Amino acid sequence: MQRIITLTVQNSSGVLNRVTGMLSKRGFNIESITVGSTDQEGISKMTIVVEMTDDKSAEQLTKQLHKQIDVLKVNDITDSKIVARELALIKVGASNTNRGEIQSIIEPFRARVLDVARNSLIIEVTGKTDKVNALIELLEPYGIKDLSRTGVTAFRRGQQKNVQDIKTLSV
Amino acid sequence: MKVEVERAEEVVTNIKTGADLLVDALAEQEIDTLFGYPGGAVLPIYDALYRNELSFKHILCRHEQGLIHAAEGYARVSGKTGVVIATSGPGATNLITGITDAMMDSLPVVIFTGQVATKVIGTDAFQEADVIGLTTPITKHNYQVTDVKDLKRIVKEAFHIASTGRPGPVVVDIPKNISEAKVEMDYPDDFYLKGYQPTTTPNPLQINRLMDALELAERPVVLTGAGVQFAKATGELKKFVEKYDLPVVSTLLGLGAFDANHKNFLGMAGMHGTYTANMAIHEADLLINIGARFDDRLTGKISDFAPHAKIAHIDIDPAEIGKNVETQIPVVADAKEALTLMNESSAKTSFADSWHALVQANKKEYPLWYDNSKALLSPQKFIEDIYLATKGQAIVTTDVGQHQMWSAQFYKFKDPNHFVTSGGLGTMGFGLPAAIGAQLAFPEKTVVAIVGDGGFQMTMQELATLKQYNLPVKVVILNNEALGMVRQWQEEFYDERYSESLMQTNPDFVKLGESFGIKSYRFTNEGEVSEELESALTSDEPILIDARVEKLDLVSPMVPAGKGNHEMIGVKKCKE
Repeated sequence: MQRIITLTVQNSSGVLNRVTGMLSKRGFNIESITVGSTDQEGISKMTIVVEMTDDKSAEQLTKQLHKQIDVLKVNDITDSKIVARELALIKVGASNTNRGEIQSIIEPFRARVLDVARNSLIIEVTGKTDKVNALIELLEPYGIKDLSRTGVTAFRRGQQKNVQDIKTLSV
Repeated sequence: MKVEVERAEEVVTNIKTGADLLVDALAEQEIDTLFGYPGGAVLPIYDALYRNELSFKHILCRHEQGLIHAAEGYARVSGKTGVVIATSGPGATNLITGITDAMMDSLPVVIFTGQVATKVIGTDAFQEADVIGLTTPITKHNYQVTDVKDLKRIVKEAFHIASTGRPGPVVVDIPKNISEAKVEMDYPDDFYLKGYQPTTTPNPLQINRLMDALELAERPVVLTGAGVQFAKATGELKKFVEKYDLPVVSTLLGLGAFDANHKNFLGMAGMHGTYTANMAIHEADLLINIGARFDDRLTGKISDFAPHAKIAHIDIDPAEIGKNVETQIPVVADAKEALTLMNESSAKTSFADSWHALVQANKKEYPLWYDNSKALLSPQKFIEDIYLATKGQAIVTTDVGQHQMWSAQFYKFKDPNHFVTSGGLGTMGFGLPAAIGAQLAFPEKTVVAIVGDGGFQMTMQELATLKQYNLPVKVVILNNEALGMVRQWQEEFYDERYSESLMQTNPDFVKLGESFGIKSYRFTNEGEVSEELESALTSDEPILIDARVEKLDLVSPMVPAGKGNHEMIGVKKCKE
């Protein structure tokens, strides 16, 4: 079971080390982690995706994160209505003959071509992890030369109704 | 020429350095003892300690591990924050064991480490070590000072974080150019830690639930941990226990929170706890844990732990609640505040007399036992003799192992903060330096370091510290010429294959003590003990005792690893 946890942290030099160190010390497996600044000076936002076995360890994880002095806020947003996105850059093999074909594959994913070379394309795609995975799978037959993913960053939606009904909701 | 000289003097008197600010900040914290060891990166700080008139004393141990354990011992008995200073690189890395120990046992310690100058950090400079990286997983928090303007504020924050909430160690890493930096003014040191606001006041609803559960309980048990002592809640605990007439069991670090001679006290629970305490937990239908963290040495096999009990857990650290044992009534609070509220409740308990009758019968029928029919001293009997000679009022420190368990079993602690032992980390070599710290905190009290011959040899250089400051610590080596607990496990679980656990070449501890100028005794049989033990333990100078104890003695009873607490071995029924 994957859990998505967002943290608001003081932007001190050791905070990332403290958070990831705690996760590895307590045996949590990080799927992805993103960090970036916010509109407030000195405050950063982190989104961590963690793979875990039960709810008990999810609770333990949020408690341990909360204990860190530089962590201001912890939200386990897995069961909320959220928007979750990640970005991937994919360099895929392409030639004159199949460039159009690739273009038609990526179009429904609202992905974009950022760079065209004689025998490759660089494609940018943004979306939920599932969507990114699906596109990568479709592009695999053309030969993926390079792949870089940012990991998930996520928010709670403005409206939070019927949380039990829908686990995640994303356009 | 003359003018220049005058100007130079003026500069010296008016301009302070970062190191002076640090000394000021320590004085403002009203510390009375600083455990330190000089070195290159802290030379500016040691110069400031020399130049300034100090409101605290500096204690020079003989190894950085000695510093940190001494600070732990000081913190454990006094409740005040222990303060350590060591140099960069090896000075800092030598502290690592003790910092981890303080983290595991929740001891308030602030550690200052020197660091190479900021401009050479990251270049593998001489005596450089990544102190922040090394200490992040083993501290409550840590800081590297990168601007001298922040120094005083950081010191204030460090003491606040170390001593409040669940106490713990805080490291402040100070690069040499920061402590050397000239400063002309005091910088503001106000702080607000938005991300650190520990909860101390219990949720009254949870207290009500706890008291409701107590009203319904038929077989309630109170488990006391170190949290009761940190919260200075022993008075409230006694009142609570007596008001509702509850049986009490303790963790290792909880010993002293409740008078061990009290009729309601059933002893320590867990791996080497009493049969009575373990069976009380096993049979209980309500377990009220106050300030203990359900450590695995206490619980044994988790699925067999307190199988019939509803669990109530009072802890200041919310992360401890539900971590190891599923908890039905969580109370995040300071133990004193929670107990005060519980004592105000008018709950009517109705549990059966048969519960008291059962635990009291167990207590009578299955006491702790030992065999003192051997030629050499019985270690358990020797600890009882120490207990009697010190009238049960001594501060006792230990390392880890057999001597630690025997001390916990046979020294009946009646007052809080009198047992200083390495519980969570189980650190050999802890006892002697911890005793130094304890003695400095309470110069008038009798402090006995009960150590094994193995652990003593890990920090025995601190005998020099004892001598230098004439600290009347009584060092008692329970010498069985073995790493006793390792040997015990090899005997019981590895078919007596004593792999590297027999210490056949020990120094002559009496001669060793004497070489440090410390009066030393050797006891090999009980006849010698009765004559000299009391005078040795009441002496006003440091004493070393080499007690030759039975070599193959075992700590009994025992819950084998991986078994439930009801599956103890080595339990003996008392013959009427």
